[in-house]
Amino acid sequence: MSANNDTISKTLIVTISLCVVCAVLVSAAAVGLKPLQEANKRLDKMTNVLAAANISTEGQDIEALFDSSVVARVLDLEQNTWADNIDPANYDETKAVKDPAQAVQLSSDQDQAGIRQHARYKTLYMVKNGDAVETLILPIHGKGLWSTLYGFMALEGDFNTIVGLGFYAHAETPGLGGEVDNPRWKALWPGKKVFTGDDSSNAAIGLIKGKVDPANKSAAHQIDGLAGATLTSNGVTNLVQFWLSENGYAPFLAKLRAGEV
Amino acid sequence: MAKVTAKEVLTSPVVENNPIALQILGICSALAVTSSMNVALVMSLAVIAVTAFSNLFISAIRQHIPSNIRIIVQMTIIASLVIVVDQVLKAFAYELSKQLSVFVGLIITNCIVMGRAEAFAMKNPPGISFMDGIGNGLGYGAVLMFVGFVRELFGSGSLFGVEIFSLVNNGGWYVANGMMLLPPSAFFVIGLMIWGLRTWKKNQVEAADFTIAPNTK
Repeated sequence: MSANNDTISKTLIVTISLCVVCAVLVSAAAVGLKPLQEANKRLDKMTNVLAAANISTEGQDIEALFDSSVVARVLDLEQNTWADNIDPANYDETKAVKDPAQAVQLSSDQDQAGIRQHARYKTLYMVKNGDAVETLILPIHGKGLWSTLYGFMALEGDFNTIVGLGFYAHAETPGLGGEVDNPRWKALWPGKKVFTGDDSSNAAIGLIKGKVDPANKSAAHQIDGLAGATLTSNGVTNLVQFWLSENGYAPFLAKLRAGEV
Repeated sequence: MAKVTAKEVLTSPVVENNPIALQILGICSALAVTSSMNVALVMSLAVIAVTAFSNLFISAIRQHIPSNIRIIVQMTIIASLVIVVDQVLKAFAYELSKQLSVFVGLIITNCIVMGRAEAFAMKNPPGISFMDGIGNGLGYGAVLMFVGFVRELFGSGSLFGVEIFSLVNNGGWYVANGMMLLPPSAFFVIGLMIWGLRTWKKNQVEAADFTIAPNTK
């Protein structure tokens, strides 16, 4: 190595040119690959909607299958009615949350899921059989241990029995909280009931520590906790209960059940 | 420095001078990403790419790097490459990139990459440095694949996601060893592997740092 490399001017030149080259490289990769990544994300979301509704995607074109079997519709959580003036294809919830006019602020005693605010309009997905809703797929999200978990919960036409649940984005500890992605754990959800028979305003569903005892009379509302991931388990319970409570979808589900919407 | 051939730098890190087994570098990521072979393979390829290209670029500008900021320069190059690899994975292998999550980003802190940049690329021309990067990446990958093989086979009864042992849950006979899927098991597997390797290649055994005193009476 030549000795004059350590002068101040040389150091500055090397640093600055290196930074420029690296910055160009990184931004080129980020910008150039963005469309592909976005497409992947959209496809992933569709796959997750279908998976939550227990529709097999094996060997099928996901986009075509999604378009043929699932209907998206936007819900107004303030009025608890459909907001058909908003096109679900163009509605971007991540942007809407940042707009105060379209976001619902939660007070700390309402904020069970740890999300502070959520969008007023939510995109719901439905699998329809004629006019009747066969499966209703609700977007849910909330705080786990490290990250916000984003997922879907699918309910049967009685708006009480769970068809499936899955998270499409989270950053929980792999092997512990990350087990929310484990198919064996997700298989515990179908058939469970969200609400107890006499109270359909607040969700009873939740994770417990350890394994569910089938003899227990509330076993229909209980899911095995994730071993070694108490805080993620609590987070999942909280977010599921939040979204199915008075502040979440419960009033709307009641309307659906009564046939008012 | 003795003249080194391309073949040597390419093959010696795989067995003779393995970065994990002999140099004991890069253990943390070897624990995290070896629970299934798919993930281990992608991680290996990512590390091979990053080590090779960081060696190439660092070696290419080695005459101009001021020695008192050389570590920062190396880090900048490595970090940029890792971001590029991460973006490429997100675009072309989305599912796997979700499984690898933070670990791709953590290649930046993988000691193998920095170790090779500092020890080899700073002193050798680009061509041979590139080969050295590939060689060390392969050495890392070989260990990852071995550990991944053991862990996935005994932990999930499958290889590359294809079922080898039929699991009890699916009506088969094999009770999966859940511990194999947890990070500590990789310690055991790597430890046993190093033991095996050093029994086979005696020259890898390190001289004892101190002699153990005989028992006092």
